[in-house]
Amino acid sequence: MEIIITLIKAAITFGTVIMYGSVGEILTEKSGNLNLGVPGTMYMGGIASLASAFFYERACESSGVAPSTALLILIPFLSAFLFAAFGGLIYSFLTITLRANQNVTGLTLTIFGAGLANFFGGSLNKLAGGVGQISVSQTSRAFSASLFSFLPLPDILMRTLFNYGFLVYLAIVVAVAAHFFLNKTNAGLNLRAVGENPATADAAGVNVTRHKYLATCIGTGISGLGGLFYTLDYIGGTWANDGRIETLGWLAVALVIFATWKPLRSLWSSYLFGLLYWVPQLSQNIKRRPQSLFMMLPYVVTILVLIFVSLRKKKENQPPESLGLAYFREER
Amino acid sequence: MLRIQKRTNMLLWQRWITRLAAIVLALVINAVIIFALTKLNPLKVYGSMFEGVFGTPLILWDTIRRVSMLLCIGVGLAPAFKMKFWNIGAEGQILVGGIAAAACMIYLGNLPNALLLVVMFVLAAAAGGLWGFVPAIAKARLNTNETLFTLMMNYIAIQLTSFFVTFWETPQGSGKVGIINPNTYKGWFPQLFGQRYMLNLIIALVLVVLVFLYLRYTKQGYEIAVVGESHNTAKYAGISVQAVTVRTVTISGAICGIAGFIAVAGQGHTISTSTAGGRGFIAIIVAWLAKFNTFFMILISLLIVFLEKGAEEIASNFNINNDLSKVLMGIILFFILGSEFFINYKLALSKAENA
Amino acid sequence: MENPVVNDYAVRMLNITKTFGTTVANKNVSLDIKKGEILSLLGENGSGKTTLMNMLSGIYFPDSGSILVDGKSAHIRSPKDAHDLKIGMIHQHFKLVDVFTAAENAKLGMRASLKSARAEIKKICERYHFSVDPDKKVYEMSVSEKQTLEIVKALYRGADVLILDEPTAVLTPQETDALFDVMREMKKDGKSIVIITHKLNEVLAISDRVAILRKGEFVGEIETEKADVQTLSDMMVGRSVSLNIDRPEVKDKSVRLVVKNLSVKDNLGVLRLDDVAFTAYSGEILGIAGITGSGQKELLEAIAGLIPTASGSSMIYIDPRTGKEEDLKKYDAEQIRALGISLAFVPEDRLGMGLVGSMNIPDNMLLRSYKEGKFGLVDQKKPLDLAKKVVSELDVVAPNLNTPVRKLSGGNVQKVLVGRELASSPSLMMAAYAVRGLDINTSYAIYRLLNERKLNGGAVIYVGEDLDVLLELCDRILVLCGGRVSGIVDGRTAKKEQVGLMMTGSQCESAETEAAN
Repeated sequence: MEIIITLIKAAITFGTVIMYGSVGEILTEKSGNLNLGVPGTMYMGGIASLASAFFYERACESSGVAPSTALLILIPFLSAFLFAAFGGLIYSFLTITLRANQNVTGLTLTIFGAGLANFFGGSLNKLAGGVGQISVSQTSRAFSASLFSFLPLPDILMRTLFNYGFLVYLAIVVAVAAHFFLNKTNAGLNLRAVGENPATADAAGVNVTRHKYLATCIGTGISGLGGLFYTLDYIGGTWANDGRIETLGWLAVALVIFATWKPLRSLWSSYLFGLLYWVPQLSQNIKRRPQSLFMMLPYVVTILVLIFVSLRKKKENQPPESLGLAYFREER
Repeated sequence: MLRIQKRTNMLLWQRWITRLAAIVLALVINAVIIFALTKLNPLKVYGSMFEGVFGTPLILWDTIRRVSMLLCIGVGLAPAFKMKFWNIGAEGQILVGGIAAAACMIYLGNLPNALLLVVMFVLAAAAGGLWGFVPAIAKARLNTNETLFTLMMNYIAIQLTSFFVTFWETPQGSGKVGIINPNTYKGWFPQLFGQRYMLNLIIALVLVVLVFLYLRYTKQGYEIAVVGESHNTAKYAGISVQAVTVRTVTISGAICGIAGFIAVAGQGHTISTSTAGGRGFIAIIVAWLAKFNTFFMILISLLIVFLEKGAEEIASNFNINNDLSKVLMGIILFFILGSEFFINYKLALSKAENA
Repeated sequence: MENPVVNDYAVRMLNITKTFGTTVANKNVSLDIKKGEILSLLGENGSGKTTLMNMLSGIYFPDSGSILVDGKSAHIRSPKDAHDLKIGMIHQHFKLVDVFTAAENAKLGMRASLKSARAEIKKICERYHFSVDPDKKVYEMSVSEKQTLEIVKALYRGADVLILDEPTAVLTPQETDALFDVMREMKKDGKSIVIITHKLNEVLAISDRVAILRKGEFVGEIETEKADVQTLSDMMVGRSVSLNIDRPEVKDKSVRLVVKNLSVKDNLGVLRLDDVAFTAYSGEILGIAGITGSGQKELLEAIAGLIPTASGSSMIYIDPRTGKEEDLKKYDAEQIRALGISLAFVPEDRLGMGLVGSMNIPDNMLLRSYKEGKFGLVDQKKPLDLAKKVVSELDVVAPNLNTPVRKLSGGNVQKVLVGRELASSPSLMMAAYAVRGLDINTSYAIYRLLNERKLNGGAVIYVGEDLDVLLELCDRILVLCGGRVSGIVDGRTAKKEQVGLMMTGSQCESAETEAAN
């Protein structure tokens, strides 16, 4: 029993990180931009949240003021979103305005973001005292405080479903909101048209450039929240230069395919990926060796989905038609 | 009103001047960053980068080792990219090549070294080729998105590597394979002309020449160019798009597998999940910026290794974090990528006089 | 009291110039569109009609010149500006999102609920007798449905000026008539309509006024009532056209290709060719006539071994030297070449199929023969010689041999392609729309080359769209309709009306519904 509870918790928290990453990337890809810089933007979100939290806590400490919970949350939250969106802005400027190759630009963004984050992460560790790890305990506590602790529910439900920080629930809200936005609003329709057929969208009076910029920047901002959640909640407000965010970022890219570019599908499949990732690690019945083979599962399953989708050729499950291509109205 | 127009008439030297200007601009920005972090004269810092890249024969050979590696992968990617097949699975292809090489070192340690190296070479190429073959066949048969497929193959390769690491780990429980054959040097590259990394360089340069000739002068190279331009034209010319896709990407994967062989036999003498170390991704940028010309790749690889090693030098001299190199490299690459725009397009003032 | 200024013009374009790189697409063009009229914009392919109209729809912005909409100066910088000025354009390549429904496509870029869009579409359909299902996805629609949707979309978006770019190219005659009825209805409602076309009969049938462009320049306008085919074509091509195409007679003909029961399905399982049968002789040009999309493309590609054919089909090729018979059905393009069958094919899509745009002329010469090189290498010398030969013999204008063919003009691109295909003295030569978009001189050069091949014992199959040309050039004409052969006529005796009827007549109505894409 205990092991199942642990597993569910692991799957949900892990799934939350990649849900932010993938929902953000879905928005981006719906505009026709294949951003392989997701790991980079998640890194940027993570480090911005940590750095801002660190400086805010230190400022409070030195001036002797007790930090306000609202600011403890708001400052890292906005920093993460905006800094990650800044990564998206670089990507947008290069691929949309300057029409650089999307794959190469995205990969560069991943290198850049990872470098930037680990550079500042290492420096923060040094600033924090050099020996140990940096820790922003107050911020971390504010982020991981249970949102629903007041609910009078059985212990088991509380522990598996209602004992997380608000970011876990916000991820669900964001995924549902993205679904609503894409499928039920005029702006969402316009955005999808841009990703499918920019020339058509353009002829219909939709500002292609603006939609691509906005979708990419907001999308990367949301991906950045994955980095924020990972840094301040999942690993408890510290920095580890272990490449984990990069792994999670690529999983998020995989998840976009797995979810066939649908935010709601990304919602449940994030948790599924979390399960697939943690079952082998938490199960005592699986030895260490085959563990790594089990850890392939999310990727193998994604490939199978990819193959299955191309086999079935169902239009609604295909990638946005102009994914990866730049648009130039006067192209002849 | 500012208007963007396609440009078709830029000469080769003008292109390279444009790119050079982008690099210089990026170096200026990097200088500002370096100054902000170290408060030192950026020119002096850049000078110390040169030291760290070319300073002594030992350092120089380390630079050569890294360039060879990057070059080998970039050259491997060229055929696939020329065919407009976005193979971003080099990372995985290197790893499986490395696994094959390491397996040979472990299990075939009693073969004569020359023969062992040949076996390693062949098996590593075969493993890398297989890793290219799988997504290629899916692309050929089902038109699966190869960018996403090859990306996933990387992570399968990483998990496969960690599986083999637990399998071969010495000592038990360390989670590392450790140096393989530390006493017999079986499966290690021999020293040539007294240099440890000479063979790495030779293999890379041979591949540069071979792939260049392959793409430029062979029938298969011609087929790759046609398929890359238009599948319809290829069909019209009696070229089987499916067969060429599979063959080309398998070759591409095989060369990346050879890079894995070099990584194991020619430098690390071990295998781990970081054997590829992101080189597979950086090489994509190398191949793209060189426009698939393998000789240009030498220059671009050198530039990237220069930045990387140079930044490491700054980091250790001025006690800053090593990851700075990635930041500086990222900025330079952003500028080079952006500069392509000014090569392909020009900005013109529109004369429209709408009264 | 205000003085109402009567303004007869919906749109006035004054001295418009537009260039792309070194190509001048429009030079100093002035054009007026009156309110409540149907204006034909006539010109050959490449005369700048579409470019000119794209400057009204906001796709392009003029280099110089000015535009007045409803008497007021207008800066149309984007399609949105055009929309705000109530100008709508139906492009030749439909601007529809495949995975969207009709209603979603109609309201794209507008602030409207899906519900109101559906209702509005229904209303428009009733007004003009369209049938459009607002919830049908575009990828499930036929071409004519898509076109109808485009018109509904433009009306829904409130266009007062509607531009239609070659709207009849993909329509059956019945559909064309229905479209013309709709256009007349819209005219009654006071809308201005511009129809871009190069079909003279349509111009005469539908429009009030005709404006003619030639090589990017405005050559004149004329009231339709005062115009006839002769004056229009004179204005269009710049001189009186007497289509004096040679048709030499060859005495001893022999059977070269016997096609029987040829059926082809596309990858969606739709029958594109249905039980086609004919014989092609040496010393003869066999013309293929039909509305675009009647199976011409599939016919040639099936013979060339580029697409699979249904079982039961047979295409027997008789080798002129050995008399040996080979069923081409069994082979793909590569094997046909390996068998030594000299078959040449000039496809419709020159740069997308016949040539590699980014390669230079010699490398393009290699396309059909690169496998002949030794030791796995491509021969460098032969293609260079051939390139030089083609360039000099066909007067190809190119800066130098190393210029990527993409940068050549349309006529020169076609000369490179035809030159390569003729180089092997093919015993079977197929050409699709070989003069589309070419100037008169180049067109005649192409006809001459085809005739030479015929005189030298080749069997030529020529797919064309201009019936006048087919009737003057070809010995026999096979008429396709909806994937079926509706008849084969003698080019010397057949009448244009007769062929036109076979293209559209009752012989093949059943097949038409099946095969219409």
